[in-house]
Amino acid sequence: MEAILALGIGALAGSGVWLILRPRTFQLVIGLSLISYAVNLFILAMGRLRIGAPPILLGPATGNPSDYADPLPQALVLTAIVISFATTALFLVVLLASRGLTGTDHVDGREQER
Amino acid sequence: MSRIADHLILAPVALPLLAGAVMLLVDERRRAFKAGINVACTFALIGLAIALLLMSDAIAPDGMPSQFGVYRLGSWPAPFGIVLVADRLSTLMLLLTSILAAAAVVFSLARWHRAGAHFHSLFQFLLAGLNGAFLTGDLFNLFVFFELLLAASYGLVLHGSGPARVKAGLHYIAVNLVASLLFLIGVSLIYGIAGTLNMADLAARIPATPSGDRRLVEAGAAVLGIAFLLKAGIWPMGFWLPTTYSAATPPVAAVFAIMTKVGAYVVLRLWLLLFGEGAGASAQFGGEWLVSGGLMTIAFGAIGMLASQDMSRLAAFAVLVSSGTVFAAIGMGQAGLTAGALYYMIGSTLGTAAFFLLVELVERGREPGADMLAVTREVYGEGEDDIEEDDEVGITAPATMAMLGLGFIACASMIAGLPPLSGFIAKFALLSAALNPPGMTAGSGAIPAVSWALLVALVLSGLAALIAMTRAGIRAFWAPVDRAVPHVRVIEMAPVAALLVLCAIQAAYAGPIMQYMRATAQSLHGPWTYMHEVMEPPHAMRRVGGT
Repeated sequence: MEAILALGIGALAGSGVWLILRPRTFQLVIGLSLISYAVNLFILAMGRLRIGAPPILLGPATGNPSDYADPLPQALVLTAIVISFATTALFLVVLLASRGLTGTDHVDGREQER
Repeated sequence: MSRIADHLILAPVALPLLAGAVMLLVDERRRAFKAGINVACTFALIGLAIALLLMSDAIAPDGMPSQFGVYRLGSWPAPFGIVLVADRLSTLMLLLTSILAAAAVVFSLARWHRAGAHFHSLFQFLLAGLNGAFLTGDLFNLFVFFELLLAASYGLVLHGSGPARVKAGLHYIAVNLVASLLFLIGVSLIYGIAGTLNMADLAARIPATPSGDRRLVEAGAAVLGIAFLLKAGIWPMGFWLPTTYSAATPPVAAVFAIMTKVGAYVVLRLWLLLFGEGAGASAQFGGEWLVSGGLMTIAFGAIGMLASQDMSRLAAFAVLVSSGTVFAAIGMGQAGLTAGALYYMIGSTLGTAAFFLLVELVERGREPGADMLAVTREVYGEGEDDIEEDDEVGITAPATMAMLGLGFIACASMIAGLPPLSGFIAKFALLSAALNPPGMTAGSGAIPAVSWALLVALVLSGLAALIAMTRAGIRAFWAPVDRAVPHVRVIEMAPVAALLVLCAIQAAYAGPIMQYMRATAQSLHGPWTYMHEVMEPPHAMRRVGGT
């Protein structure tokens, strides 16, 4: 399971890095989204991968903590998802403004001279 | 200590958040009302910051140093809940932020706050984010406050709109989004190894990490460090900074002068806490990178200053030089240099902020592109029409121009580090600490090469700043024969004057201020009290501050 997750994170992050180095704003925003997915998975993986382990204690009995998944990374991921969602939305607005003002979707606001 | 005073530490975050939210609900046309709230809140923040600073600097009657006000949100004990910590460094940064904010907001009232929607709300949110980042003692909470201040700053960069700002804003946002993602990677890597996000708890656990995991913690810290260095504009990650800062509206750029210092603050706090002398095998991890990055940034900024053709770019490169100097000095890892760096940081932030505001006033009376034209004339030797200038001899400069000129000279002396103002004392403090490393007795021991490098970098960057500022000044004040006197209002000149007077005060009271900086640096380099105060269980908690 670790290998699959690691490969998934690597593929997402690699595609994301490639895309943010591209000159079009749309590629940039997709690249940033891909990297943020990779980062979210990475945070989750840092809480160790567990199957079938609940993150919160069940009932009043205090069980053995090793039977439970670490709840903190899950909370962190939620926060990170919300924040990256908001900033991506904001970035899209800037992208549209830039497209409207410069008439091109190049990140420098003008096409490269050839 | 009353109960309200216990909650005082929360106020610098809660007050601007509340004010910003309230202003969102008010109709955009009731601008005077919003401006009133913004000004009142910003000045209240100055008061709060002074109160917290006095509290954190006070010595409790029982002789124990009580420089740490620890506020536990929801009264959860330290490693589990989030703590806000007001110590000497964070209250100092709070004060600096609120002073800059007050100057910028008063300046903006003249005309800039009308340039777009929700200026006042965004401004308060930025302050909430900054104050939160300075106060928090939790790594992930720091990320949240960083995002808060960045989201507000995205809005502020675009304030006033126009192609130049949108273009610069696009780059700024993209770079900072990547930095935020790096921040998250670093935080989660550190959490995955150490199992805690509380900074004090982390500092206690790092020396005990097994050597196999140590590399991972260091890798996490390095990734985290890159995120902060990027925000501070350290070479080679600072290319976005001059364009963004010179495109932003002047009051926004003035507040942004503190934004690079957030990166410096976090590095000071985290690096000295996690990789200070108590960190065992990881002690001073990455220090040489901070020094070399800082030195390269000084060089890049100095060359940029010489090359910049308009004054707001010059100011932006001055920001780069100042942040490079701070990092080079911090990276040496000596308490004396850290104290000098703190003193330098205060002065240079005030100076560059004043310069950003002043530039707009000076530029106002000139036709666009005048600088470009002047450079072209210099190069091609055209337009040497100084024959008729004989008639102009003896004309008295109008009062406005005289004020602007005086302000410009003061800014130049701050940025170049020349005697009358605190810029000189700051550089002197840095150099004297660099050339007198601890343990060196008179006439014995060699001064490390890196100290000489810092000396050369500081002196040369000062020279470059002086040349660039003199050239810009001559071009703006002396060369134009028939320039229109800009219309400058008192509320625009007053903030600039206030910031520069503060620089003068910083120079006049250099002794006590330097003493405060030394105490700050001492507690940063010996963070045991910090760790102890934060980790202390709440039932045994002493009262929060002095008095």
